[in-house]
Amino acid sequence: MMFRSVSALVALAALAVAVAVPAHAGDHPVEQVKKTFSVPVLKAKVGDTVTFKNDDEFAHNVFSLSETQNFDLGSYKKGETRQLKLTNAGTIEVECAIHPEMKMKIEVSK
Amino acid sequence: MGDAGEPVFATSISGVRRMSRKTSALRLSLPQMLLLGFLVLGCAIVCANEPDQWLRPASAPAPADNLPNAARVKLGQMLFFDPRLSRKASMSCATCHNPALGWSDGLSTAVGFDMQILGRNTPTIVNTAFNTIQMWDGRKKDLEDQATGPIAAGGEMNMPLPEMVARLQSIPGYAKYFDDAYPGQGVSDVTVARAIASYERTVLSTESPFDRWRKGDAHAVSDDAKAGFELFQGKAKCAVCHMGFNFTDNGFHNIGLKTPEGHDYDVGRYAQKPIKSMRGAFKTPTLRDIGLTAPYMRNGCYKTLKEVVAHYNRGGDDKDNLDINIVPLGLSDAEEDQLVAFLQTLDGAPMQVTVPVLPH
Repeated sequence: MMFRSVSALVALAALAVAVAVPAHAGDHPVEQVKKTFSVPVLKAKVGDTVTFKNDDEFAHNVFSLSETQNFDLGSYKKGETRQLKLTNAGTIEVECAIHPEMKMKIEVSK
Repeated sequence: MGDAGEPVFATSISGVRRMSRKTSALRLSLPQMLLLGFLVLGCAIVCANEPDQWLRPASAPAPADNLPNAARVKLGQMLFFDPRLSRKASMSCATCHNPALGWSDGLSTAVGFDMQILGRNTPTIVNTAFNTIQMWDGRKKDLEDQATGPIAAGGEMNMPLPEMVARLQSIPGYAKYFDDAYPGQGVSDVTVARAIASYERTVLSTESPFDRWRKGDAHAVSDDAKAGFELFQGKAKCAVCHMGFNFTDNGFHNIGLKTPEGHDYDVGRYAQKPIKSMRGAFKTPTLRDIGLTAPYMRNGCYKTLKEVVAHYNRGGDDKDNLDINIVPLGLSDAEEDQLVAFLQTLDGAPMQVTVPVLPH
């Protein structure tokens, strides 16, 4: 009896997670290390998130002035992360404002 | 390597000592010890082959479509020193980028067309060949892109480029030099820019006491300078932005300079990239030959290196939109002096320049 209750709870919890997170949504980690983005071209879907982590000893920034999605995640120090939710399909050119050599693209599909 | 290399050696030795203690504690088998030995040896070889990030490369990079040669450099030098490239034939590139003044002008901020005082300090052109982006605000991507900017700028040489080309075409003596440098391409804003860029790529810092120290001459710099370099990389955080052999990250930072009374706030990089962190941010300049290029900072507000170091020690003045790397450093007066002693070791012997006779 006890076993059945636990199983039912687990099943319910799994269902709740499935409802809360659409099957296609995912997070894409990107590191900023040695003044480069670890992924030069990222393919993702609308609704996905991208988590940028600063692995350098100095501050970085993440922004885009692309028509697809315009954002500025600000500047942040080593070990800190910033997350971006992808809202539109198209290509996003991402840069670090502090270090203009740092560039990557996110190709977002529906 | 002399004293510059000693910390690395000391680290290796202490590392081996630590490893020996650990080896003994773990009681490694013979094959394990042999494997460990190979790993240590491999690491030592890799470390030994790593280039010293603080030493200058043997040559400067150039784009494939404008590789330098003697004819291009010669033409570029003439154009660089030729005041006829300005509207009133009164100022050349060398007026502001004067080799006798560290390829700058010795002024707080530049003096432009009709003696008007401009808003920013004239940056040295020493080692601009290594920059991955040009100008204080990064509005020019490379030297070819940059070269004709000040010529055409209304506040500087104020010479529309079509008029500049017409004027150069009216000087018969130039034709031969353009033909030699860029056969069949004639006089144009493109060939002028390419020639000037080719000359600028020859304006490089020479070997400094710091370089000699890094190469192994323990007596090339003072003990204070050596201590200053340790501070530079550590407590003083200078190398966070002034990194590598050219002492720049080619990046943009708001370092908290005060806006002088009566002056407008200079938004700097923000005019090119309207991102919050870029408001009041400017490109990190090289520190090579820094002793030759006073006054300092993008608005020339400090006359001495001691003032510059003191600025960073107090974490800047204008805290509005300050770069998060800029924080109070807690340096003592003696440590400030050590940093200055180190910075002074970055001056090479000035490049010998022959002022060219210009074509007529």
